[in-house]
Amino acid sequence: MSRDRIVVAMSGGVDSAVAAARVVAAGHEVIGISLRLARDGSGSCCSLDDFHDARAVADRLGFPHYVFDMTDAFERHVVRPFVAEYLAGRTPNPCARCNEHVKFGLLWRRARELGATRLATGHYARIATDPETGRLCLRTAVDAAKDQTYFLFALGHEELARTLFPVGELTKTEVRAEAARLGLPVAAKPESMEVCFVPDGDAAGFVARRSAPTLLRPGRVVDDAGHELGRHGGIHRFTVGQRRGLGLAGGPRRYVSAIDATTGTVTVSDAAGLRARGLLARRVSWASGTPPRAGSPLAVRIRHRHPPIPARLAAADGAAARVEFEDAGPAVTPGQAAVFYRGEIVVGGGWIAEGLA
Amino acid sequence: MRVYLDHNATAPLRPDARDAMLAFLGVPANASSAHREGARARSAVEAARAEVAALVGASPAEIVFTSGATEANNLALRGAGRNGTIVAPAIEHASVLETARAVGDLRLVPVDRNGRVVADDVVAAVDATTRVVSVGLANGEVGSVAPVAEIAAAVRGTLVHSDAAQAAGRIPVDVGALGVDLLSLSAHKLGGPAGVGALYVRAGVTLTPELTGGPQERGRRAGTENVLAIVGFGVAARLAREEVSTRTTALVDRLWAGLRARVPGVVRNGPTDGARLPNTLNVRFPGASGESLLVLLDLAGIAVSLGSACAAGSAEPSHVLLAMGQDRAAARSGIRLSLGWSTTADDVDRVLDVLPHLVAQARGERAA
Repeated sequence: MSRDRIVVAMSGGVDSAVAAARVVAAGHEVIGISLRLARDGSGSCCSLDDFHDARAVADRLGFPHYVFDMTDAFERHVVRPFVAEYLAGRTPNPCARCNEHVKFGLLWRRARELGATRLATGHYARIATDPETGRLCLRTAVDAAKDQTYFLFALGHEELARTLFPVGELTKTEVRAEAARLGLPVAAKPESMEVCFVPDGDAAGFVARRSAPTLLRPGRVVDDAGHELGRHGGIHRFTVGQRRGLGLAGGPRRYVSAIDATTGTVTVSDAAGLRARGLLARRVSWASGTPPRAGSPLAVRIRHRHPPIPARLAAADGAAARVEFEDAGPAVTPGQAAVFYRGEIVVGGGWIAEGLA
Repeated sequence: MRVYLDHNATAPLRPDARDAMLAFLGVPANASSAHREGARARSAVEAARAEVAALVGASPAEIVFTSGATEANNLALRGAGRNGTIVAPAIEHASVLETARAVGDLRLVPVDRNGRVVADDVVAAVDATTRVVSVGLANGEVGSVAPVAEIAAAVRGTLVHSDAAQAAGRIPVDVGALGVDLLSLSAHKLGGPAGVGALYVRAGVTLTPELTGGPQERGRRAGTENVLAIVGFGVAARLAREEVSTRTTALVDRLWAGLRARVPGVVRNGPTDGARLPNTLNVRFPGASGESLLVLLDLAGIAVSLGSACAAGSAEPSHVLLAMGQDRAAARSGIRLSLGWSTTADDVDRVLDVLPHLVAQARGERAA
């Protein structure tokens, strides 16, 4: 077989360690790269321990490993937009942006400079070929509970052609077993769940620290009829669909149903008032290069770990798409990704501009 | 064969130093013990102390062995710099800057765009509150040599400390001629083992010790001496003293001339003339990432660095290049080649063979 030089993005966790091991086992020349993304003292990601773990794995498997500093790019493409989205009343999805701009963008360019033909990562996803167009597309991982296609939707044919997801065919249990069998020192390492650069999962505190006080938008909390129920310290503390931390004493269960960044008004509703009929997505890309016909059935995932919602494409126009759920769905959170599936195949995805009432 | 051009991070252990250390490996050696084993250790430590003292023109009693230059810098600043201001250039090693911030009030002095310390600027920052003026003799990233003697003469009466870890063994160092009160040394930068260094403390200067609980090092640094490492340090110091020479100057000149002839756009960081280390070449290849070049060189068998080695080899833009006024992108594109006792002309030619192609690759000018 041909021996390619392949860069493996290594977080220091077990998934990317096994991904690297599988690329080595396939006979390729591997270069392990870890990325320093968040500046020191912010969150759980890219600590020195993680780099040392990645280096120990590389040493065990016999390939070189390096740390690249991408803090400036991460700040520009991920952290600043994260803060700006909250200030605009939306709930950002930093992992998808990081994948698009940093890992599969800047890191790929670096990998190419190093003479690599492919970039491999430890994401749980598979790459399939669309039989109609011959183009590559994302397919959900064998381990549905671990599937990460939601964060990868922006990868198109060109990106996928130079990408490997070596653990997409494995369950998490199998990944850990393989790591243990290979004697990798990270076999039992717990996984991180939080947004990596936000300490203690406190996004609101992070946004407040990173923003000029004049940019924070305090305002009223109102019900569906516009009656003021209370006041709040800033819209960045709220997410559409949120129930806890509304600062409202007693009364029925209420959820945030709308955030108005212009007036600073947060609207709360009961569960029924929250349910959306569909969504409007922007900056949409389609795996086949063109949108499906209007009326096509698809399933849309509006949040990581939520099952896709049966829906149909009502209209697609350029990079915008209007999707209507078959039944009234759960709360739709602006700023999150909307990823469109047909069975296991990702047919497209974009960013949620608003829910359809 | 790998080519190792990262002596400013650490130099390979000199074979003579290793042999001397092996003679003490596995032998009980507490220099404070009364028996013959102890006496043998004591005489080895004192012989090494004499060699280290000779390297910098000190008397042996003025040498305090430490775990390295970082500890020596800590001992100097924590031992003499409290309750006042510490004046230091912005390009000092982190073990000076961070310690100075921890101890008291750090007054940071800017440097010029070539990374040179300007004596007048340092002197102007000194006032009645200044406890210590700490000016590194040579900068390990860009190779500039600071006018320490001029500064010391101008601030007489104020304690002057100099971190000479990157200077000793590369340029002549004489504590009398420099006029310093405290001077830090490292063994592994000149071919001794890591984990040992020394602080020169001029006779008559008193320091508050950082490590207490023993009479070792005249009460200035408690703890059983690391005899093995100190012995290696002594041998390396003797060899470095005997060979301080123009050998690496010629190799660096050959390297720089070759790169200028073969790589379009190459820029040298740091002083282009005047006082600089004879072993250090910090260069930038606009359009090529320093990180990519480091990896490509490493894969091609050549070890270099991006500036000061930090934990896990990650590269924040160099604080030295930033202090010289470079923007973050430029400060990320530099690579440092530092030569030393093990470097040969063949090593230099190998770099000149390989690097131009790798720069072109990192610039995206050709396929792999």
